[in-house]
Amino acid sequence: MKLPPFEYACPTSISEAVALLASHDGEAKPLAGGQSLVPMLAFRVAAPSLLVDLRKLADLRQIEITADGVTLGAMVRWREILDDTRLATAHPLLVAAVEHVAHYQIRNRGTVGGSMAHADPAAEMPGVAVTCEAQIAVTGKAGTRVIAASDFFVGPLMTVLKPDEIITEIRLPAWPAKRRFGFQEFARRRGDFALAAAAAFYDEDNGRARNAHVGVIGVADRPLRLPSVEAVINGQKIDDVLIAKAEAATSAGVDPADDIHASGAYRKALAGVMVERALKAAVA
Amino acid sequence: MAVKFEVNGKAVEIEVEPRLTLADCLRHHLRLTGTHVGCEHGVCGACTVLVNGAAVRSCLMLAVQAEGANVVTVEGLSRDEGLTPLQASFRKHHALQCGFCTPGMITTAHALLSEEPDCDADRVREVLSGNLCRCTGYISIVEAVLDARSAYKRGGTGA
Ligand SMILES: Cc1cc2nc3c(=O)[nH]c(=O)nc-3n(C[C@H](O)[C@H](O)[C@H](O)COP(=O)(O)OP(=O)(O)OC[C@H]3O[C@@H](n4cnc5c(N)ncnc54)[C@H](O)[C@@H]3O)c2cc1C
Ligand code: FES
Ligand code: FES
Repeated sequence: MKLPPFEYACPTSISEAVALLASHDGEAKPLAGGQSLVPMLAFRVAAPSLLVDLRKLADLRQIEITADGVTLGAMVRWREILDDTRLATAHPLLVAAVEHVAHYQIRNRGTVGGSMAHADPAAEMPGVAVTCEAQIAVTGKAGTRVIAASDFFVGPLMTVLKPDEIITEIRLPAWPAKRRFGFQEFARRRGDFALAAAAAFYDEDNGRARNAHVGVIGVADRPLRLPSVEAVINGQKIDDVLIAKAEAATSAGVDPADDIHASGAYRKALAGVMVERALKAAVA
Repeated sequence: MAVKFEVNGKAVEIEVEPRLTLADCLRHHLRLTGTHVGCEHGVCGACTVLVNGAAVRSCLMLAVQAEGANVVTVEGLSRDEGLTPLQASFRKHHALQCGFCTPGMITTAHALLSEEPDCDADRVREVLSGNLCRCTGYISIVEAVLDARSAYKRGGTGA
């Protein structure tokens, strides 16, 4: 369908963008890559009165890598993550996950901030953020605040963002060089949203896993971290027996609903298999 | 709103509603009907054009967002009246039947080959996974793209 009518503004500073968002009684929306918002407009499930295009906010375009970790500006595109060779060591899990995001043309436009704000329960970036304990910096009329990824998502396409707030940065904690990890996803066709996917990583002490982090997407109304699976892994040697236990704990730890794409029972089993494969990739 | 950008090397300046997509702007206002619109919500790839060299879906971009950009449509890829090596390769390999998906396939493959003239069949399939074709079964399209690689290695632009 053709898009519903709206006004359009293209501010050149964050404060101007926030002021514009605040001026429309909650009816204004930021526009980043448009790869989720424009389809929502075309389906007429969204009908904002004003779109505030963030494309001129150059400050939001940076990828910063320091000893503290990786900071992604909200307007960093998927393509820029895949093209940044530093990230292969600075955050290989991020790169592995983003390789599964959408298609070539969409990756040329879509942004990390847009994905976080859109909060699709099957989207990779929110899953990485929750699994890695990312911090999300946002700016609104009331000033700036930093939100833990685990507190950010509240339901399908729902976050704690206020209508006048924009995401400015996503901060991922530092990634030790020797960390073991895997990211595995299953989708019907390449580029489709995941039916389920898993991210897993751990550090090693004398051949035993510690600091395990396991997260899944596509199996709940938001991305999940699975402490019950992490507890199975921590302190253990990661072998086939342990991986089978982690797989069982994953399936036991999620309760997906039936939908048109797959039954809940299928997704429950699939989540376990994704964690199994992610751990096998981590060991390899 | 007034918007100024370049299409196929020519400067354009037109007055559009903010809700007009770049795809509709190209087709209805600029009469460049080579860009096809299949789904209008980002899943089929028929509307792919190049914006500052990058392949993007023109149904998911507003015309006003193209301000200052350099846009190339399928019409802008060929010079004179002849076919480019990529287009000739599509003809040679029967990589089109109805032709609806073809402009999107050509613009996407052109962007890919311009950046990665050494890409393999897996990469071609990965990149074209965002372009739907209801006729060919894709095999001939992948063959056509692979066969056109040599032109991009030599000439750089495939032209
Ligand atoms: C065919 C297709 C397949 C796709 N497959 C996948 C997939 O497999 N995995 C995946 O993760 N995604 C997928 N996507 C979505 C894509 O990754 C989007 O790019 C992404 O979800 C949204 O990013 P955007 O920059 O395009 O945001 P937009 O579409 O511009 O915005 C999305 C929402 O976020 C808000 N927003 C944007 N930026 C900010 C900000 N900085 N602060 C606050 N709010 C903001 C907007 O107001 C809007 O509500 C797919 C999209 C399509 C069309
Ligand atoms: S018309 Fe744009 S992707 Fe289908
Ligand atoms: S040739 Fe008919 S859709 Fe591709």
